[in-house]
Amino acid sequence: MVEWTDFERETIKSIFGKLDYDEVGLAALCRCLVVYPWTQRYFGNFGNLYNADAINANPMVAAHGKVVLNGLDKAVKNMDNIKGTYAELSVLHSEKLRVDPDNFRLLADCLTIVVAARMGADFTAEVQAAFQKFLAVVVSSLCRQYY
Amino acid sequence: MSLSAKDKSNVKAIWGKILPKSDAIGEQALSRMLVVYPQTKTYFTHFGDLSPGSAQVKKHGDTIMNKIDECVNHMDELVPFLSSLSELHATQLRVDPANFKILAHNLLVVVAAYLPNDFTPEVHLSVDKFLQQVALALSEKYR
Repeated sequence: MVEWTDFERETIKSIFGKLDYDEVGLAALCRCLVVYPWTQRYFGNFGNLYNADAINANPMVAAHGKVVLNGLDKAVKNMDNIKGTYAELSVLHSEKLRVDPDNFRLLADCLTIVVAARMGADFTAEVQAAFQKFLAVVVSSLCRQYY
Repeated sequence: MSLSAKDKSNVKAIWGKILPKSDAIGEQALSRMLVVYPQTKTYFTHFGDLSPGSAQVKKHGDTIMNKIDECVNHMDELVPFLSSLSELHATQLRVDPANFKILAHNLLVVVAAYLPNDFTPEVHLSVDKFLQQVALALSEKYR
């Protein structure tokens, strides 16, 4: 059972409450595909991922960014049972999509950087710690059904 | 994952903007690392005060940033340039090299917070590669 302090709960809800899921979803996924180009292996049918501009303009990347952020929203709304909330998604990612779980960490790092860029000085060390703890729990829950 | 000409020019360009805030960024990155990854505190038991804003953390952040600043001007010869520092980290400090990645991540977070418009995905990629090369050069003498 993950223990959340009041500060952590409020911080997570506050951050996600202020995010534009469409914009941040695209920014985070685009950054991941550019900074860690091997992650493109999972998006063979996305068409033009040739360079950063193409990735940023790609409507399928935007759509998928939105899917990812809305997926994270489920965890924000169920912080006391992220494991259960993500059981099916974990099976999906391991059995069907066959994503190397290390990629979840890479996307999480990119999302952290995107949020830091938007929050500036408000993204204090304590806020970063809470945010990264949340993402670590999300990643761990997504990895649970792998065998 | 060696540095292309584009990577080098991206790093030099953003470093020009980092330089005026180098002290603040260095201090922020180090103190952030100590808060977000508390296991890193194990290397600084001799510091006494590890809280954000402490004089020792600030000074050490400066030391690290100044060295990284110098690395920007020695991107073509990082291994020889960092040779004695690598020796120090390997034989005396014995910092697990995984921690270089952790510090690099926190540096990227702080740079993103300070320079959101300049820290585009392409620049992020180049800086990430550069910091990885620095980490590799720093690990050179480990075994």
